Amino acid sequence: MIRRSLTLFFGLFVLILAVGWALGAPFTSSRLVEAAAYALIAMGLNIQWGYGGLFNFGIMGFMMLGGFAVTFISYPVNAQFWAGDGPWMLGRALIAFGAGALLVITARQSKKLGISGGWHVAVTVLAWFIAYCLYRSQLDPAAAYIESAAGGGWVGGLGAHPVLGWLFGGVLAAGVAFIVGKICLGLRTDYLAIATIGISEIIRALIKNMDWLTRGTLTVSPIPWPVPQPQAYQAAGNDLATSLILARGGFLVLVLLVLAIAFFLIQRAYGGPWGRMMRAIRDNHVSAASMGKNVTARQLEIFVFGSVLMGIGGAILVSFVQIQDPSSYQPINHTFLIWVMVIVGGAGNNWGALLGAVLIYFIWMISEPLARSIFDVVSAWSTNVGWGPIPEIESRSAQMRVFVLGLVISISLRFAPKGLLPETIRREA
Amino acid sequence: MTELIFFINQVVISGVVLGSIYALGAIGITLIFGILRFAHFAHGDMMTMGAFIAFLLALAAAALGIVTPVPTGFLVLPIAMVIAAVLALGIDKGFYAPLRARGAKPVTLLIASIGVTLMIQGLIRLFFGAGTYSFFENEPKEIIRIDTSAIGSTRPLVFTEPQLLMVIVTIAAVVALHLFLTRSRLGKAMRAMADNADLAQVSGINTALVVRVTWIIAGALACAAGTMLALDVTLKPDLAFNIVLPIFAAAIVGGLGQAYGAIAGGFLIGFAETLAVFNWTMVLRPLNAVLPEWLQLPSTLALVPTEYKLTVAFVILVVTLLVRPTGIFKGAST
Repeated sequence: MIRRSLTLFFGLFVLILAVGWALGAPFTSSRLVEAAAYALIAMGLNIQWGYGGLFNFGIMGFMMLGGFAVTFISYPVNAQFWAGDGPWMLGRALIAFGAGALLVITARQSKKLGISGGWHVAVTVLAWFIAYCLYRSQLDPAAAYIESAAGGGWVGGLGAHPVLGWLFGGVLAAGVAFIVGKICLGLRTDYLAIATIGISEIIRALIKNMDWLTRGTLTVSPIPWPVPQPQAYQAAGNDLATSLILARGGFLVLVLLVLAIAFFLIQRAYGGPWGRMMRAIRDNHVSAASMGKNVTARQLEIFVFGSVLMGIGGAILVSFVQIQDPSSYQPINHTFLIWVMVIVGGAGNNWGALLGAVLIYFIWMISEPLARSIFDVVSAWSTNVGWGPIPEIESRSAQMRVFVLGLVISISLRFAPKGLLPETIRREA
Repeated sequence: MTELIFFINQVVISGVVLGSIYALGAIGITLIFGILRFAHFAHGDMMTMGAFIAFLLALAAAALGIVTPVPTGFLVLPIAMVIAAVLALGIDKGFYAPLRARGAKPVTLLIASIGVTLMIQGLIRLFFGAGTYSFFENEPKEIIRIDTSAIGSTRPLVFTEPQLLMVIVTIAAVVALHLFLTRSRLGKAMRAMADNADLAQVSGINTALVVRVTWIIAGALACAAGTMLALDVTLKPDLAFNIVLPIFAAAIVGGLGQAYGAIAGGFLIGFAETLAVFNWTMVLRPLNAVLPEWLQLPSTLALVPTEYKLTVAFVILVVTLLVRPTGIFKGAST
């Protein structure tokens, strides 16, 4: 097993070197930073799916939350918003939200007042409706005002350090995961998959359309880096390529540090009693429950932990590319890509998730240039034969990677269903 | 009366059209779930694939100079459905059957269907790029207006010819499916297998045949749904990815495994989406004459803004899963 891991990791290293040789060090260095962030997210999924057997198809939503969090925390303060009526109007919307929540909770408790059966349902539905109208009546004018020129366009950021934004991304993802988990974790596997995919679409719709908070499709940039940027190195007298590599190297070190801490913690957790309990719940939750384990609470715990890593990873990605663009999020590029990483790497094995994440990310990234060169060859051949060149090679080769991803997961499920590095369960003699 | 006609134009017609498309897609998902016990995520892309097959056939028909009173898209639909059914069988043979033979869990099959989704989508985009196509580039989309001044309305009742044909095709498909499931031997075998696969097998039902028939029906209906969606709006490579989630919502709301539930769920989701974004001020405007000054209706009075239309289906889905996890009609459970 160790030998297999070493061989595979060595192969991955050779692949990265080859990519670096073929496409240049600046390209490879930024792919490495992104791959490390994806590895963090893949580990989050590995906790949820590999340790706990929870089917989370809402990864994109948690990554978006992380991206929003880092934008909100680290982007410079928008003085015009704070000077106007915006904060006061938002405060009122918040109060309306609180009042609405109180109303709904009261309605849900109305059973204690002797209202039961159909009346209870009617009261609850009515309370939800009134709360929704109350909230909308306060929020809509506030949103319209803030989006106008007088309100400053949008809320802006807080101007704090980006690493704080990463942490906030984790916290925000944890909060949402707690609510989602409370609602959905009682569901069967495939229902959970569809419910989480639905929730991630709701998060996407919100972040895309709440222009007053996130600037929506207008996008926010540039988001500051936690480490010196290439321009700083260039000002110090380095040439462009060197300063790009130095700056990205600095970012990579920071991300690797986060990754190493997360890896150490979850590896320890896996080996400890907590990890054994999680595996017991995953493999047979009925018998785990009969041994006195609180299955629902433990699953909620693991769902929240995994989502924290997804939020942090999403935040790192946004702060690295420096632009928060809600329309760039696609279930294929985010949710499904990460599923392929974990399945190919080996669910339940952190080394496997790490290997899968970096490997699949590089396959994903190089399949476009690779497809383009293949198309170029075929196109030259077809021109020679007299059929004319292939039209739109650029956009077609960009789409090839989706096909390659699908092919990789199909092959993997067929021939290595447990992944490249399967989970090894240590047995006490 | 003008308001009523407006309401029918805006809500009833588009609700019925959207509901028909959702229903046809949801039937496939629910049948596959009932027989094979896994959530088939590639269904949306099977719809897109079917729509593109029909599009190519329509192009071929136009090139051959075939001109008929019905839109070419509907003319070629039966052939496209046959091709889509064969492709669905091929996909099952190539990707799902080997996993089933190994005794893989339903979750593995679900992940495999994600792989199939990605491959179909990649291939479609490879051949058709990312642009939009229309079935009505060479022929007009006929609009039918029915004068309603007899009942005191200033507006006519408006719908397009494809919309009318779409509803007819849906009704025909649903009736055919109903007759098949209740009258034919194979249909009864299918229902038996959905109820209890092991018992069906020991009572001598050819389960392999039932699986094949399921894929044929699901593939053909997906093709019909995708083509109709493309005829109503436009044809895009990512046409059905946005629609696969409402379809799942429809199948779950109706109870997974219940063919009739899927139809009901499809129409429920279709109407809920159109009603949620409908601007009620347009209908309630006459009330402004009697309402006091401070209670005048705002210019837009929709329950949710239009950009949140897709989320309506998910909210219904989540509420259904919480309140009645088995769906309106009691669904199959594993």
